[in-house]
Formats: sequence, structure tokens, C-alpha cells
Amino acid sequence: MVENVLEVRDLNIAYGDKRALTNASFDVRANEIFGIIGPANSGKTSFLRAVTRMNEFTTAMLVTGRIAFLGKDVADWRNAYALRRRVGVVFPLPVGLPLTVYDNVALAPRLAGVRRRADLDVVVERCLRRAALWDEVKDRLDTLGSLLSGGQQQRLTIARALSQDPVLLLLDEFSIAVDPVTTMRIEDVIRELKSELTIVLVTNLVQQARRLADRTAFFLNGEVVEVGATEPLFEGNVSDSRTDDYINGRFG
Amino acid sequence: MFQATPRDIRNVRVERRVRLVFLAMTVMLIIPVMIVLALLVVRGAPVLTPEFLFEFPTNGMTAGGIFPALLGTILLVTVALVASVPLGVAAAVYLSEYARDNWLTRLINLAIINLAGVPSIVHALFGVGAFVLFFGFGTSILSASLTLAIMTLPVVIVSTREALQAVPHAFREACWSLGATRSQTIRKIVLPNAVSGILTGVILEVSRTAGETAPIMFTGAAFFLPFLPESVFDQTMALSLHLFVISTQVPGVPEEFPFGVALLLIIIVLAMNALSIAFRIYLRGRKKW
Repeated sequence: MVENVLEVRDLNIAYGDKRALTNASFDVRANEIFGIIGPANSGKTSFLRAVTRMNEFTTAMLVTGRIAFLGKDVADWRNAYALRRRVGVVFPLPVGLPLTVYDNVALAPRLAGVRRRADLDVVVERCLRRAALWDEVKDRLDTLGSLLSGGQQQRLTIARALSQDPVLLLLDEFSIAVDPVTTMRIEDVIRELKSELTIVLVTNLVQQARRLADRTAFFLNGEVVEVGATEPLFEGNVSDSRTDDYINGRFG
Repeated sequence: MFQATPRDIRNVRVERRVRLVFLAMTVMLIIPVMIVLALLVVRGAPVLTPEFLFEFPTNGMTAGGIFPALLGTILLVTVALVASVPLGVAAAVYLSEYARDNWLTRLINLAIINLAGVPSIVHALFGVGAFVLFFGFGTSILSASLTLAIMTLPVVIVSTREALQAVPHAFREACWSLGATRSQTIRKIVLPNAVSGILTGVILEVSRTAGETAPIMFTGAAFFLPFLPESVFDQTMALSLHLFVISTQVPGVPEEFPFGVALLLIIIVLAMNALSIAFRIYLRGRKKW
């Protein structure tokens, strides 16, 4: 097992003339939950997009610098599709693809060429269980995923992200459209997943980072202000006063 | 405090009048359509007997039926669809899913808009030059249908592209992030969710194709044929041209015949529109996001 799942060095992201992230350098260690906090427009989502090379789908997005995933620069992964299959992504608004619950979770294995129904059944059940959704949907796997409630859809997207057996899971403000009770359930899911994979958790709720993250990075206007173990940061042990101000709600 | 001021009263009065004016405009818009429809139904419906639909014209088109023209229109529309739908959908997929925003794409978009604005008689002359003469298809169903196809391509492209772009971008991102290629995403997610929009465009194209006269009259539609076409290289009769012919070119046609043909054309078009609406309702029932 590689010790650092992600190694980010001098990463710059720009959209045309507008800089989204400047000179970011930090590591994400194996089997940790790495929190990223910061106000809107700080480059958090841009960073996640750069990890899976989604910039290839956005013409104006320019990425320079180095992101090493499992020790290898993502730019050197000859096959971007294989890279994306090892990284699960969960978007802020639950994107229940207009397929059935079953097909939503089976989509990635199918794209990868799995055809046998029995194999797919195993994957679907395991992923839905890991996302704590199985008991609620096991009797209606053939209803449309987009008809589930918001919280269920978000767990469905987590199940879908897990269906490709990722090494790394990127969660982008997953709780934005989810009620507090469901948020807590998903947080439990995330804590359990930590034993099996590495998680990058972008969140706009600083307390969520405190509850979940082992280490936390604070992004502000495209600058990585601070990276450190979560508890000390929240106890005021910061190297930059802006971090403290943000955590305690004095701005942002 | 809640007393209506004179200004309030005046506003209410003006509001009422404005509403009436707009209502009057709308009613005026419907009246001609209603009159045309009523006239066609009253005078044309008695003509539309099974014999009229399924028999050949006789006595120099002054008696008998219109079967060759009805069949010809169906053939022309079918061949035109076979040619234009794959081409148009492919072009729309490229423009919507692959093309970057550069001068070439803008040029293509401009060309599509201009193609939609070209008068149909110009398409007809292009058809004569390109298909009848240059490709040597002669005046035939093939030439006429290809001319119709070119004419209606912009409709297919624009409606398909709109249908594709109505599919939320988030669906594509979600699919890409699962390791799907662009073409996998198009096949699995984008196209299935755009089908209803694409079909609507196709059916609108059908109704337009069925009614066009100019593009087919030099390229493949015949004044009168005593036999049915045997291949796409034969000429054919067509409802739209037949209507023109029996209304203006042939003496002694019973007065009711043109009404019957016109009614039939309108029924075909309306039926196509109804079909497209039914299709959309059916597909909308199945998809929800």
C-alpha cells in the first residue's frame, strides 16, 4: 500500500484568466478522511475535478503542476478512464441518473464490461449495503433512481461511486441537499468506509469536517492557507489567523 | 388605508382593457384556422370514401381515387426520413457533445440556420442539379426524397440538438466520473433521455415533408401516372402536387375533389402532430428527474 494516495505539488488551476487554485501542495494519506473547508470560490471543487482529469471535459480549464495518484502523476495515466474507475466521485446535488436503482449502481461495472447478471447482483447488493441504502430499496430495485428521496438519492450516488471499487472517494459537499438526520447516517457510512479506502471530503460545514476528518485543509480564494490535523486546528492551534477566523465563523 | 385610490381604479380598468385586446388578437388568430378546417371538413369529408383513398384516378383525373398520390407521399416521406434522420441526429450529436466552440462550429451553425431559411423552390433547383443531373438519379422518388431530406435537415439537427442539450449536464459528469467515455455516455445516458425531443423533431419534419410541393415537382413527382412506382428510381404521384394539379391544371375536376385531398393532407399532418404529442406524454411518464 502506498502511504500517500494523493501527492499534490505546485498545483495551479485556472479558467481562462481567472485563477481557481494557486500553488497548492499537500498530501492525502492512505485510509484517512481528508477534509477540505473554505468558502465558495476557493478552488475546492476545481481541485476535485483536476484529480480525475475532468478538466478534459471543460475547455477553458487549465491545470498545471503535479497530482500524483498512487505515486503516479495523473497526467501520466495513459488511460484516463481507468484512472476515473479507481476514484469515486459524489457530487453536491444528488445526481440520480434516470435509470433504475439497480442500473444506477450497475452502470460502472457494466461500462467496465461485466455482463453476468449474478456478478452484477453481487456488486449492487454489496454497494447498496455499504451505502446504508439496501434495506430501504431492496424491494424496489427497479424503480427509477431519480424517484427516491433526496437523501436516498445521495446514498445511491455513494453506492454508485463505490461500485467501481475505488481506492479514493471524493465527496463534494454531499450534505448540501440532504436533511440533518440523513446527513448523520451518511457520516456514519463514511466513517465505516474509512477502513477500506481513502476519502477526500469537501464540505461547507466546518463542524462536519471536525466530526469526520482526520486532517483538514483550509482553502481560501484559491490559496491553500493551512493543512493540519483536524483537532489541533479546531482548538486554535493554527499557523494563520485566517483559519481560526473561518473556523469560528468570523468571516466566510 | 386600504381605500382604492383613483389611480388604483384606473389601473384596474386599463388592465381589463389590455386583457381584452390580447384576447381579441388571439381569437382573431384562431378564426381563419377554424374557418379553413370547417370548410375542408364540410366539403371534403364526403369525398373521403374508401374508394377515393384506394382507387386510381380515371377520366383524366376527373373521377376515381387518389391512391397513387397517397402512396407516393408515404414513400417520399419514408425515404426522406431514412436519409435525413441518421444524418441529422449524427450531426446534432457531434455539435452538442463533441464540437468545441471555435470558428468551424460557428460556421456550421450559421450554415444550418441559413439552410433553414432557403426558399423551397431553391432547394428544388438544387435537387435538380445535384440529384437528378449530377448523380444521375433522374426524376425519381430518390431524387425527390433526398431534396426533401436536405430541406428538412435543419429541423432535425436543431430539434435534436435542443433535445440533447436539455439533458442535464450533471448526468454527463456523473457518467464520465464512472469512467465512461463520451460515446458510452451518449449511448447510455444522453440519447435515451433525448429520444422524446428527437422524435418530436422527426415528426414535425414528417408533417412538413408531406406538405411540400415545390421541391418534389421537378425532382420526382409526376403530374399523372397510371401505375404505381416499382423502385426508388421511378417517379411517383404525391398528394401535395396532386392537389395543385387538380385545382389549377385540369379542367372538369369535380369541385369537391380538391377539398377532399386537402383534408386528407391536413389529417395526415395533424395525425403526425398528435402522434408526436402522444409519444412525448408516454416518454415523459417513464422519465423523471
